[in-house]
Amino acid sequence: MAKLELRNVVKRFGDVVVCNGINLDVEEGQMVCLIGASGAGKSTLLRCINLLEPTEDGGIFLDGTDIAVPGLDPQAARKKIGMVFQNFNLFPHMTALENAMLAPRRVYKKSRSELETDVASLFTRFGLADRMQNYPDQLSGGQQQRVAIIRALAMRPDVMLFDEITSALDPQLVGEVLDVLLQLKQQGMTMVLATHEMQFARQAADKICFLKDGQIIEEGPPEQLFNAPKHVATKEFLSRALK
Amino acid sequence: MTRRELFEHRQKRRSIMIAATSTILVLVAVIVFVPMTPGWEKVQKSFFNGAVLAKTFPRLIEAFKLNIMIFLWSAPLIAILGLLVALARDAKSPALFPLRILSTAFTDVFRGVPVILTVYLIGFGIPGLGLPRPWNSPYIWGSLALILTYSAYVAEIFRAGIDSVHPSQRSAALSLGLSERQVMRDVVLPQAVRNVVPSQMNMLIALQKDVSLLSFIGPVEIFRQAGVFKSLLANFTPYVGAAIIFLVVTIPATRYADYLLARQSRERS
Repeated sequence: MAKLELRNVVKRFGDVVVCNGINLDVEEGQMVCLIGASGAGKSTLLRCINLLEPTEDGGIFLDGTDIAVPGLDPQAARKKIGMVFQNFNLFPHMTALENAMLAPRRVYKKSRSELETDVASLFTRFGLADRMQNYPDQLSGGQQQRVAIIRALAMRPDVMLFDEITSALDPQLVGEVLDVLLQLKQQGMTMVLATHEMQFARQAADKICFLKDGQIIEEGPPEQLFNAPKHVATKEFLSRALK
Repeated sequence: MTRRELFEHRQKRRSIMIAATSTILVLVAVIVFVPMTPGWEKVQKSFFNGAVLAKTFPRLIEAFKLNIMIFLWSAPLIAILGLLVALARDAKSPALFPLRILSTAFTDVFRGVPVILTVYLIGFGIPGLGLPRPWNSPYIWGSLALILTYSAYVAEIFRAGIDSVHPSQRSAALSLGLSERQVMRDVVLPQAVRNVVPSQMNMLIALQKDVSLLSFIGPVEIFRQAGVFKSLLANFTPYVGAAIIFLVVTIPATRYADYLLARQSRERS
């Protein structure tokens, strides 16, 4: 049994089928990268896994339990699945530290003092100890995105989802955020990324999935998918993406 | 000085000159020509009478304290009721459906009726039930009329504020495992309230003026007091005095609201 299993996940917006029967296994500690053109369904798939979008059909199994059953309270699953967004989405009216402490305070009913050491150690680990008291608009894009990652980690999730988290960053800030991902991988975090960073995916991912029109056309280890893609659509996409 | 600075310096001096000249021309026109009108002497005596103003001004200020009192107890209640109505209108739970209907009807009715009519209906109607003292006081029911009317407007502004918070903020908060209620309380509302502070300031300024409508149902606030003096002295100057007192309060408040609004649009850009 894989940590996270998607079985025939279907998501429609009106008549548009965005995820058309997606199957995917993510093993514990694996980093899986979703690649594909904009509109292929990568982001929507991640939002479905986090139950931010209700799915029409299929199952999403976390540790063998289907979390996408209609009518089920999504909160329980979201506690275990962290998500980081393209545009950071930090809460502008809170400091970096307050951003990270809000969810554990409310969801686990812990006090600030109980949490502070724990959360502060996350800031230290990712080189932001001196930025904890800053508000988001006082931080660079790279710093904001690292705070967003810390905020998700503060809930101690089992799985982390990353939705094109470097796409809104200036090129020179991308590296510091990708470094955080590598660090998390070393620590054994289970991760699913939607990304346009092909070089990073090639070097760091355990598995690559190429999505087109809401389906996983091809998947495999990076060497195989990048060096010897089987499907024509994958070849075309990669030849353009790697140019 | 660079040639650009030199140019801008000259431009600036030119525009100051033009503005000063045109202002002086207008002032001269007003000062010279208005007193030449045939009725000026009469108007001056009955509207701008220094002696009457000096005599009535202290009592007008005394009466204005009542305006402030009514304002002070109405404003917080308006804020609370307005926020509750705004939240009720967006309630999703089916159990709260009646509340949603009720709050929608509430905003429709009280925004659709002139304030003075609401003041009359509630201010005369409810004491007419023959309630014992102090429950027949026009202060209570007049204030209630203002509270209901203004809550309806304030609720709509709060709703616009809630809508102005980007949906991605909700997504981020939900993804962390917060409940809908926690997302509203901790993430959406604080931002929404901050976004609408300038608009709500304008509502406060309007409320401050509309307190005078209570004079029609009894309380001797500043407008009523000015009316009493008018009848007593057969002179309109007390009204001008009242206007001055209002302006002393509302002009700084308006400037402050404008400043907040300007600062906000700077922050957004």
